[in-house]
Amino acid sequence: MGSFANFRQLDYLGLDDQFSEDELMVRDAVRSWVTERYLPIAMEHFENGTFPMELVPELAELGVFGPTTPVEYGGAGLNSVAYGLICQELERGDSGLRSFVSVQGSLVMWPIFAYGSEEQKRRWLPQLASGKVIGCFGLTEPDFGSNPGGMLTTAVKKGDEWVLNGRKMWITNGTCSQVSVVWARTSEGIRGFLVETGTPGFSAPEQKHKFSLRASITSELVLQDVVVKDSARLPGGIGLKAPLGCLTQARYGIAWGGLGAAFACFDEALQYSKQRIVFDKPLAGFQIPQKKLADMATQITMAQLLALRVGRLKDEGKYTPSHVSMAKRNNVAMALDVARVCRDMLGANGISLEYQVGRHLCNLESVITYEGTHDIHTLAIGQEVTGLPAYR
Amino acid sequence: MKIIACVKRVPTTEAQVKIGADGASIDGAGLESMLSFYDDLAIEEAVRSREKHGGEVTVLTLGPSDCSKELREALAKGADKATILLDPSWAARDARSTAKALAAKIQELGADVVFCGRVATDRDQASVGTLLSSYLGFACVTDVVKLELTPTGGTAQRETEAGIETVSFPVPVVITCDKGLNEPRFAGLKGIMAAKKKTIDEVAPLAVENAVVVQKIELPAARKAGRIVGEGAGAVPALMEALRNEAKVL
Ligand SMILES: Cc1cc2nc3c(=O)[nH]c(=O)nc-3n(C[C@H](O)[C@H](O)[C@H](O)COP(=O)(O)OP(=O)(O)OC[C@H]3O[C@@H](n4cnc5c(N)ncnc54)[C@H](O)[C@@H]3O)c2cc1C
Repeated sequence: MGSFANFRQLDYLGLDDQFSEDELMVRDAVRSWVTERYLPIAMEHFENGTFPMELVPELAELGVFGPTTPVEYGGAGLNSVAYGLICQELERGDSGLRSFVSVQGSLVMWPIFAYGSEEQKRRWLPQLASGKVIGCFGLTEPDFGSNPGGMLTTAVKKGDEWVLNGRKMWITNGTCSQVSVVWARTSEGIRGFLVETGTPGFSAPEQKHKFSLRASITSELVLQDVVVKDSARLPGGIGLKAPLGCLTQARYGIAWGGLGAAFACFDEALQYSKQRIVFDKPLAGFQIPQKKLADMATQITMAQLLALRVGRLKDEGKYTPSHVSMAKRNNVAMALDVARVCRDMLGANGISLEYQVGRHLCNLESVITYEGTHDIHTLAIGQEVTGLPAYR
Repeated sequence: MKIIACVKRVPTTEAQVKIGADGASIDGAGLESMLSFYDDLAIEEAVRSREKHGGEVTVLTLGPSDCSKELREALAKGADKATILLDPSWAARDARSTAKALAAKIQELGADVVFCGRVATDRDQASVGTLLSSYLGFACVTDVVKLELTPTGGTAQRETEAGIETVSFPVPVVITCDKGLNEPRFAGLKGIMAAKKKTIDEVAPLAVENAVVVQKIELPAARKAGRIVGEGAGAVPALMEALRNEAKVL
């Protein structure tokens, strides 16, 4: 409900001035939703290892699923900076919440929009935007994560149909999806298929016992002689660059998401250290905590500038995957460092889920790994500056 | 149905209010603002009424130019148009001059139903809605917690200390909205984008002299720090003693 701005993030350089009025409205709308609807239940879902599915209609109503999708396909037609701010605000709540939305928008709606036929777009995009259908993105396999080009999953053409076989691992939302974008090797190269959950031979068992991203469902996808029509194939994308194109979209959002997690941790540690009395005065009044806060404020501010610049480049059509690599790598590592330092500043309370820092810290251990590990992005930036690929 | 929601910008609930240099106003510099809580109910009820009966919702405020921020929020939640009665000294207006200015504009726009918040959360006067109805010559139902509206009138429930009162009324009417009437929606991203295309008019309000003029504002005295008398059951006698002799509440 109501009051739009109910969380004040660190804004050391007055960067709010750099956003348009509607970008700020979008941010504040998502911000108040997260404060009022998500934060009160965040701890419980993290503890229980569940995602609050009952909030899906509200998220759809808010408009966060594929918000950059054109209005005619059920999206809100927002720009990339606004999308970034949405990810930032969702991840201030929890990385699991942001992951849900990233997958639905960037990894499911985006490939259908970019590589799908007109019929696929008309059929799926409005349903995905309205949350009536949940989707997942199956690229990673047990033996191929950083090097998805080595995938073993295959799709073989038989007449007007394709037969898929293989296993995908670590698939966000797999168990709660009605449609999976499955990437498979074909005689023409890697291709994407829209596999519906009820299809015989397809199953999506949940992967349990995670200590990170607990409020997000992670699954295995098992495909045993799964038969789909040729109309389930995404006609527009071929080769590894097709799934990597989706990942660039999602990674861009994650760079902003890292800011959200960092804002939450920084704010909590700042408030805490001003109130916590140690040796007769507030913790924040000592030099060592001040150095931590000063370092974090600086790192967060630099990360904000990076995300904003990449966002503007994206909206101007001038961004490259290597820009996104720098933003994802820097901002998630920054957030993880901030979460770790803030956790420490809260002392024993820092390990309690009654506070946010520990939850963010655990979550960010996934975020630094998925969507290209920190080191893989290091190699991407390295290749950009040297011209020499060093992956193998 | 022509529907108008009258709304007011107020300092946010968390805002740290500072008194201005003249000692009789609030220093607006850096003060975070929002729509008054009850006005959010008014907007929601206005939009719901439009969704049910058709027509148009205009949001009306008397305030500074930058309260377009709050009005955009109302437009994003589904209002069709917005008007600011632009007055740099809006905050000093008394309820009577505010209501007269609003009434003049409403007369010009024409209205079947006017929704107001029960009270603005800043000055806490709960006067504008009722004054407005008398200047307009409309029926008035205050503190409404439940509403059944038809194109010609309706029934409303009002919660009083003695119980719940159900009243009927004709249109045109002024309804002041109380907590419980509805659960205001969140502004969705599509609504925000749609609001970009809606217009916010800025016009000069009717000039009315203030009859009531604020002379002085003082912040409430700082509360005395609390004192922990002890812990556990053993502390009860000391607590009783303090409540009896220090706080004198027993
Ligand atoms: C919670 C969660 C959700 C996920 N959701 C999805 C999803 O929805 N869809 C999906 O397809 N995948 C998903 N993933 C998978 C994720 O993208 C992969 O885990 C990630 O790409 C890393 O792959 P890997 O786990 O196989 O690690 P590996 O590739 O085995 O990497 C292990 C280590 O080796 C390093 N390394 C690898 N190659 C090199 C190299 N050439 N040079 C130097 N170092 C190298 C890595 O940086 C890392 O430190 C998810 C993962 C998690 C944890």
